[in-house]
Amino acid sequence: MKERDLRGLIGKVKAGKLSRRGFVQAMMAVGIGAPAASQILLSSGVAMAQSPSTYKPTKRGGGGPLKLLWWQGPTLLNPHFAVGTKDQDGSRLFYEPLAAWDPDGNLKPKLAAEIPTKENGGLSADGLTVTWKLKQGVTWHDGKPFTADDVVFNWEYAKDPATAAYTIASYQDVMVAKVDQYTVTVKFKKPTPFWADAFVGTRGMLIPKHLFADYIGAKSRDAPTNLKPVGTGPYMFKDFKPGDLVTGVMNPNYHQANKPYFDTVELKGGGDAVSAARAVLQTGEFDFAWNLQVEDEILSRLEKGGKGNVSVTPGGSIEFLLMNTTDPWTEVDGERASLKTKHPTLSDPEVRKAMALLVDNKSIQDHIYGRTGPATRNFLYGPARFESKNNPIEFNVDKANDILEKAGWKKGADGIRAKDGKKLKFVYQTSINQPRQKTQAIIKQAAQKAGIDIELKSVTASVFFSSDVANPDTYTKFYCDLEMYTTTMGQPDPGTHMLQFVSWEAATKENKWQGRNITRWQSPEADKLYRETEAELDPVKRVASFIKLNDLAIQNQVVIGIVQRPGVAARTVKLNCTISGWDNNTWDLSDWFKDA
Amino acid sequence: MALFSAIALAVILFAVLFGPFIWRVPINEIDFAAKLQGPSWSHPLGTDDLGQDLLARLIYGGRISIAVGVAAMVVAIFFGLLVGSVAGMASGRVDAALMWVTDLFLSLPQLPLLLLVIYLFREPVKGVLGVEGGAFVLIVAVIGGTRWMSAARLVRAQFLSLREKEFVEAARALGASRLRQVTQHILPNALGPVIVVATIDIAAAIIAESTLSFLGLGFPSDVPTWGSVLRDAKDYLDIAPHWALFPGSLIFITVLAINFIGDGLRDALDPRRVL
Amino acid sequence: MSRQYVIRKLLIMIPSLLGISVVLFSLLALAPGDPFDELATNPAVPPEVRAALRAKFGLDDPVWMRYWHWLTALMQGDWGFSFVSRMDVSTLIMQRLPVTLVVIGASQILAIAVAIPVGVLAATRPYSLFDQIANTFAFIGFSLPTFFTGLVLILVFSIQLDWLPFVYRADISATGWQFYWEHIKQSIMPVMVLGLFQGAALVRFVRSSVLDVIRLDYVTTARSKGIGERKVITRHVVRNALIPVVTLVALQMPIVFSGAVVTEQIFRVPGIGSLLITSMLSNDTPVVMGVTFVSACLVVIFNLIADILYGWLDPRIAYR
Repeated sequence: MKERDLRGLIGKVKAGKLSRRGFVQAMMAVGIGAPAASQILLSSGVAMAQSPSTYKPTKRGGGGPLKLLWWQGPTLLNPHFAVGTKDQDGSRLFYEPLAAWDPDGNLKPKLAAEIPTKENGGLSADGLTVTWKLKQGVTWHDGKPFTADDVVFNWEYAKDPATAAYTIASYQDVMVAKVDQYTVTVKFKKPTPFWADAFVGTRGMLIPKHLFADYIGAKSRDAPTNLKPVGTGPYMFKDFKPGDLVTGVMNPNYHQANKPYFDTVELKGGGDAVSAARAVLQTGEFDFAWNLQVEDEILSRLEKGGKGNVSVTPGGSIEFLLMNTTDPWTEVDGERASLKTKHPTLSDPEVRKAMALLVDNKSIQDHIYGRTGPATRNFLYGPARFESKNNPIEFNVDKANDILEKAGWKKGADGIRAKDGKKLKFVYQTSINQPRQKTQAIIKQAAQKAGIDIELKSVTASVFFSSDVANPDTYTKFYCDLEMYTTTMGQPDPGTHMLQFVSWEAATKENKWQGRNITRWQSPEADKLYRETEAELDPVKRVASFIKLNDLAIQNQVVIGIVQRPGVAARTVKLNCTISGWDNNTWDLSDWFKDA
Repeated sequence: MALFSAIALAVILFAVLFGPFIWRVPINEIDFAAKLQGPSWSHPLGTDDLGQDLLARLIYGGRISIAVGVAAMVVAIFFGLLVGSVAGMASGRVDAALMWVTDLFLSLPQLPLLLLVIYLFREPVKGVLGVEGGAFVLIVAVIGGTRWMSAARLVRAQFLSLREKEFVEAARALGASRLRQVTQHILPNALGPVIVVATIDIAAAIIAESTLSFLGLGFPSDVPTWGSVLRDAKDYLDIAPHWALFPGSLIFITVLAINFIGDGLRDALDPRRVL
Repeated sequence: MSRQYVIRKLLIMIPSLLGISVVLFSLLALAPGDPFDELATNPAVPPEVRAALRAKFGLDDPVWMRYWHWLTALMQGDWGFSFVSRMDVSTLIMQRLPVTLVVIGASQILAIAVAIPVGVLAATRPYSLFDQIANTFAFIGFSLPTFFTGLVLILVFSIQLDWLPFVYRADISATGWQFYWEHIKQSIMPVMVLGLFQGAALVRFVRSSVLDVIRLDYVTTARSKGIGERKVITRHVVRNALIPVVTLVALQMPIVFSGAVVTEQIFRVPGIGSLLITSMLSNDTPVVMGVTFVSACLVVIFNLIADILYGWLDPRIAYR
């Protein structure tokens, strides 16, 4: 779709000639997903659709207990210190943001009275100010009213570096001010099309000023309410045992009528993903289980009992293979895989092309991940508008052999190809996780047939994903030839996601291997494309630049996409719940209910 | 019973040593068409979820598992006997110091210790001995090094009691040297619990090996061992029971056989045995 | 065996525990990992936050200084503060202690209560049918890993028969008899798995040491004096055969506190074992240090108790 056509369509929606839904459908037809489409509309000043409510219960409570099973339990319940999804999901039982992301990428108001738009005056024309109207009559669990002061306080709390809040990035570059008791404004330093970050979604949950005001900054760790949350959410805190159990009871004064449905809620932690799936799908002991990283083969068999089913929620996480561009086996200036080196064999583009031909995405999807991992060669695939159509999956051992033969890599007596005395022998590392070891086995076998010898190495996840500067086995050091892991996207915007391909982000000794560019690929062209996306406020042009950047990385075989990693959950057949790929699992807990 | 066990063990040993020459299916041949199949003529023990032949994998894995089990047991028992008998004979300061070391080793948390060992030694050892050799030496060292304490305390307790017994006193009175007292009189009588510990250690080592590979200390993930095959199979227990059944029974039979041989050995060595 | 000996031993415990704590602390400091790792991989958290947190929790101090802080705090009864959960280590441990004591304790008692009689009986009739059966069960017990036996039990009793729940819940809302019944029901499988595993080894030890003793001359003497078989066994054999058993039980006892990681994981028992493993994986040093140091104390204490018991079981043992 050309840019001009798109503008025409947006104009029609604005003029009321085209329905919102019609626009979204037109976008979908050209491969632009619903979340993206509504973002495009939103930044062009068209209000978001409110998805119709399917909530049936006609009175509050009476639903009995709601039992949730997280195989890693929350370890703390202050949303500003929630580092993983488990802590955010747990905090979300009690705390709410102003607005949340629904599965289509629309904003749904929670503590806001309405979603800011240009029409209602919430968004300024220059893209510098957002004005939030707060819902009135909302009370904290202890009975105190929720006001604009609380919202401003959360900004002050999170942006203070001494508080060391994990949400700081969403708050440090904005200015928040109280207009009246129920109105706040968020001001940006430069025009910001993606304005819905502060106070929204996973990092937007609000804590009460009157209980945290004394614990801002360095004293933040001493707040008693870090462990006993008092929020505005549908359930009130009852008990918390870190890593094991969070329990709550119905909030009788919840700000939405007839909600919530359940009398109590419990979130049990611990164990492993397979038995969590069993507890929901086979025995029905629990109603909902989260993040089931389990082979689809097993899930499908468990589902056959008919007690529950598996829901797959698309997001942006990608399991991919990285090829080192530097030489991990030579030390230069006290640093392996230094930017001053070139990989002895992978620097040959023909070897890279051959490697890409040896990744059997389809078998990996069919026999390991199934529904939980659709095959893709792209690095960037979500939201759908960012998905490139230019990278078909090709698995062809014969062609790989041809390419290597032509490039002068000849098989030796041991069946391993070599050229100028350099053998095609790679070390391929990943974290310990059964599907990953199986993927390794599949790739290794294909490579063997093409005369490439691969040594598999697996590192325990707590070391592999650590930032330990002293440890050589971390994924950011990448002291081997190939590696594989999943990178998550978190937000429906690829800004930070694509930093993996820019030269200045290369992970080196100098930045303590904290750079995002793990392969250490240096490409002026990629740098230029990324700079374009930073400066581009036009959402359509920005999408085009991101797609080009993805194609550049894939077609140079810097990385090879393997499978997408959508969110996978299990729920009993009676449970009604909506899960969003762009927010926490418990984002809409107030609307969960069971069929009678 | 001991004879029967010896035969069973001999069969298993023969199979793992010479099996690959008879059963020539590669251990890592992936065949999705044949995945999770029960026993059949083409795959006598069935296949796993990548369609790899379990018979071939278990034969290959048996070599490693039995070697690891026996070697780790020897290391653990050697250190246990050494520390236990020295402490039991010497008493006083030496005893206190050795028991302090034993208590210390009992208190060390295994996971950080293992991660530290991996961090410090994996690459150097791999450099010297190659991937599989290095993994073998490290695994044996780690399992042996973290399991000698119970043997040490058991041997010491036996020594404390035995060294005061009449027959040892008699030997002492006859002027037997300390070493002779130990090797000729005390040790043979202290062996009962040691043999039990040794057999338990073999089983524990075979299982611990799979835990270690789970932590990244063991063999590369594509090298099958009995423990790791059993671990891979556990989630499929109700879907493909054969996958777990065969490695589980092999570990069980091996341990059982070694135990009965140990029992037989003890009966044969019993000084008071009357034929 | 004198009182003086016990007092001397108790006094020696203090420096020896201090020594152990130094080694433990250095091990944890040297082992790879960092409690705020997860932040580093999260692009939304700037590195300054990690730096501030490290400073706040004193992670940038040299190891000896951190040890000194830990030790002096401990002297004042402060077990430290969890990096991950932001609560006192002692609270975290206390939350999990009751469940650990009940579940692991029950399985230890079960193991001992079953293993000693079975072992003795098996030894009095070596190679009889009873002996063979007892042995077979024992071998199953320690040649199959707990992750496997646990899963088999779950598949049979929870999924096929639907008799027992397999997710352990520490807070049960029921009251009265119902409360105890629910607790017993959910404890059966973890206790069985652990009891089998630990009892198995114990049976073998009891059998072996009873066999050692039963053939000694004094037993024959007692028998020839016309003392009843039952009395011979209980009075003369078992007492002398208990030395290795006491040793082994003393070695296993600290588990009652520190928990059994694998079994807790399978049944989601919120015990100290699972706290320890998650703390280790997230490098939450204060928690790991707290738990391991208490277990170290228990190891030392129980081994001391074993030493004292040897003297009672065999009065000729002299500690020189």
